[in-house]
Amino acid sequence: MTSSTDAPGEVRLELSGLTKIYPSVIANDDVSLKVKKGEIHAVLGENGAGKSTLMKMIYGVAKPDAGEIKWEGETLQVESPAHARSLGIGMVFQHFSLFETLTVVENIALALPGDPDLKELAKQITEVSKKYGLPVVPHRLVHALSVGERQRVEIVRCLLQNPKLLIMDEPTSVLTPQAVRKLFDTLRQLADEGCSILYISHKLDEIQELCHVATVLRDGKVTGDCIPSEETPKSMASLMIGKELPVCQHDGLAVVGEVRLRLNKLSQPSDDPFGTNLRDIDLEIYSGEIFGIAGVSGNGQQELLYALSGEQPLAQNDLIEICGIQSGSLRPDARRSVGMGFVPEERLGRGAVPQMSLADNTLLTAHGAQMLKYGMIRFGVVEKFADRCIAEFNVKCGGSGHAAQSLSGGNLQKFIMGREILQVPKLLVAAQPTWGVDVGAAAFIRQRLIDLRNDGAAILVISEELEELFEISDRIAVIANGRLSPAKKLADTNIDEIGVWMSGMWPDAASIEESDYA
Amino acid sequence: MLRLEARAEPSKLMSYASPLLAIVLMLIGGLLLFTFLGKDPIEGFKIFFINPVRDSYGVSELFLKATPLMLVAIGLAVGFRANVWNIGAEGQYIMGGAAASAVALYFYESDSAFVLVAMVIAGGIGGMLWASVPAFLKTRFNTNEILVSLMLVYVAQLMVSWLVHGPMMDPDGFNFPQSRMFEESALLPMLVEGTRLNAAFLFAMSALLVGYIFMNRSFLGFQMRVAGNAKNAARYAGFSAKRMIWIGLLAGGGMAGLAGMSEVSGPMGQLTEHVSNNYGFAGIIVAFVARLNPIGIFFASLLMALLYLGGEQAQQYMNLPSSISNVFQGMLLMFLLGSDVFINYRLKWGRD
Repeated sequence: MTSSTDAPGEVRLELSGLTKIYPSVIANDDVSLKVKKGEIHAVLGENGAGKSTLMKMIYGVAKPDAGEIKWEGETLQVESPAHARSLGIGMVFQHFSLFETLTVVENIALALPGDPDLKELAKQITEVSKKYGLPVVPHRLVHALSVGERQRVEIVRCLLQNPKLLIMDEPTSVLTPQAVRKLFDTLRQLADEGCSILYISHKLDEIQELCHVATVLRDGKVTGDCIPSEETPKSMASLMIGKELPVCQHDGLAVVGEVRLRLNKLSQPSDDPFGTNLRDIDLEIYSGEIFGIAGVSGNGQQELLYALSGEQPLAQNDLIEICGIQSGSLRPDARRSVGMGFVPEERLGRGAVPQMSLADNTLLTAHGAQMLKYGMIRFGVVEKFADRCIAEFNVKCGGSGHAAQSLSGGNLQKFIMGREILQVPKLLVAAQPTWGVDVGAAAFIRQRLIDLRNDGAAILVISEELEELFEISDRIAVIANGRLSPAKKLADTNIDEIGVWMSGMWPDAASIEESDYA
Repeated sequence: MLRLEARAEPSKLMSYASPLLAIVLMLIGGLLLFTFLGKDPIEGFKIFFINPVRDSYGVSELFLKATPLMLVAIGLAVGFRANVWNIGAEGQYIMGGAAASAVALYFYESDSAFVLVAMVIAGGIGGMLWASVPAFLKTRFNTNEILVSLMLVYVAQLMVSWLVHGPMMDPDGFNFPQSRMFEESALLPMLVEGTRLNAAFLFAMSALLVGYIFMNRSFLGFQMRVAGNAKNAARYAGFSAKRMIWIGLLAGGGMAGLAGMSEVSGPMGQLTEHVSNNYGFAGIIVAFVARLNPIGIFFASLLMALLYLGGEQAQQYMNLPSSISNVFQGMLLMFLLGSDVFINYRLKWGRD
């Protein structure tokens, strides 16, 4: 834990009275803060509190409607991200800004001034990524990377520019506990070298561990400044959400029933040359349990999910059994009618059609719920289902007629989760159910998963957030290099053991020697 | 200084206003064009846009011309909504006309009412067969349907040319490249005495209605919209991408084929090399001006038909070349694409 609260040096960045108004919402209202040289400064707030907007103004992506920005004592307008970078401001976005059809090194070259030599740059990337424990392969295409890997590319891209101020927007959401610790070491090292860091997060424990100073935002306004090491998570939470941190009820009393999902030595070569091949995955999930699969992203989660959902049907029908029915070569809609629900990792564009209304989006997967008659849509039924979903899952939106893209990430996730749960699936597969979702909504979603399990459903959660898996799972396993570890009852294991397994090193693991990185 | 600023959300208002803006700009462009050609622009405007519809016969001609455009456009709209880009309606139209003509000529002696029914079916199937080539190649080999369907237009044109020079040539036609004139039994009945407006107009109205229901009320139409908007969501939901491609192309081909049938069995009464008047391509413009909306297609077809008729008038009374119609059509599409920028952007004065 860092205790140096009096970070030395002059003020590097000063914001006073920054206000940003969007057509429908005041994203930032009179926000002021100071960041000193070598200071790790947290900006704490829930989703939608205005953290990202504030950072965008500093980085020159958005322009403030009022207020001013002082950089190293000089009042100026940040005209563009390129301008920001020339000032020495680097940013790692929460939503990645990478070109999918280009390689890692090409993406990084684009952010650098001039016309860098790609070979030389690739070498630099490898060096930086080794130094800071952020493995990336320079010549891989970005579209083939998982969320976690993309984030590493973003971080490395910033570090290559030797920034004076580094903005990190929710950087740890997809890292192993060990990798988070490594990242924190990196950030501390950078701060010691004089770099200021603006660290945006809603994770209280991280902020307590890492940051010198915190500014708390709620509904676009500053609700307080504090020194995290002198606060408790409770006191910071009440600044952040205006009430105490919600906790899930998990009684740990699983009534184990029949097998709802069985994988029989599932092996599947990835059709992506940079993907992970699934190898000999055996798995049985019973009704009345939540089964968690942990792992660092890019270890086969995407491939496993595509195989499970049916978006990538298998050649062999008997590799997957859903509710006792061989389903390996079934398409997603056929698997749904057997009783499976699926919540994908990407909400916009996969779990929901961005331009379509919420009502239309219920039709996407819930059309089996009496929504059709002679192939025609019964709009009344559809709307009722959507309204029920909005009401029961606290989806904040203008109504079922509004487009999915108008919702915040957390609200859209609640909607998608609601759509799947209200169909009463016998088996629910959820990928990253609370990624990028604020604490209130995350607790709500976890609770609904637990409720569904208590009602007798089998639930598979694949997540890169260990705390989450430990909060809700009954049994847990780890995926690494396309192999699945043995399953453990939650009571028989702990975060450290699973953390080690995440690098592929579980007892009898055949994959040790093939492990790319530990 | 004038600059474009991105809107927070696409403007609904502009998506409807932009076709109207495009029409206004096209009119202004037309007036300028007349001026530069040394014609009186007001006189030109009258001849082009007022003359064709000054009496009821003119109006019936307008509906007659609009009929194939409606058919082609509604069929294309089904596919376009699912991002299936059938650019070859012209070829499908020609093949539909040729297939219907083959039926008419084969049953030349018959006066049965079924001849006409068989011609309708043959026209639709002819167009669908032609559209199934790009559909098969795309679903099987992932070829680009834009290129394949477009190239097949030229094959169709050569094919019909061969037919009227060979097997379908009128034996008593002094070697002119055209078929016999069809018998009464192979001609569509007239709707209004003394005009050329025929039953095909009813086909077009029904097609618009069915198209509306299909696209907005049916689950299949919904699936096609999903496929057009978000491919990954369609895959996640388990909608078959191949089925969308087949439906999109067959709908376009079938309707275009029917339009071709209505032309040979209507105003032309025979098959010639010039069976199509570019209706297959004009239908694409109609579909876009109409925002792929069936009601919009009705009005956009009338507008486009007016451009055809106006072009003929301009030829007669102003000594302008026949391509004047194409110039107007082209201006309309270009201004539409330009105006569409304002759906996602707005104009702002001042520095940024």
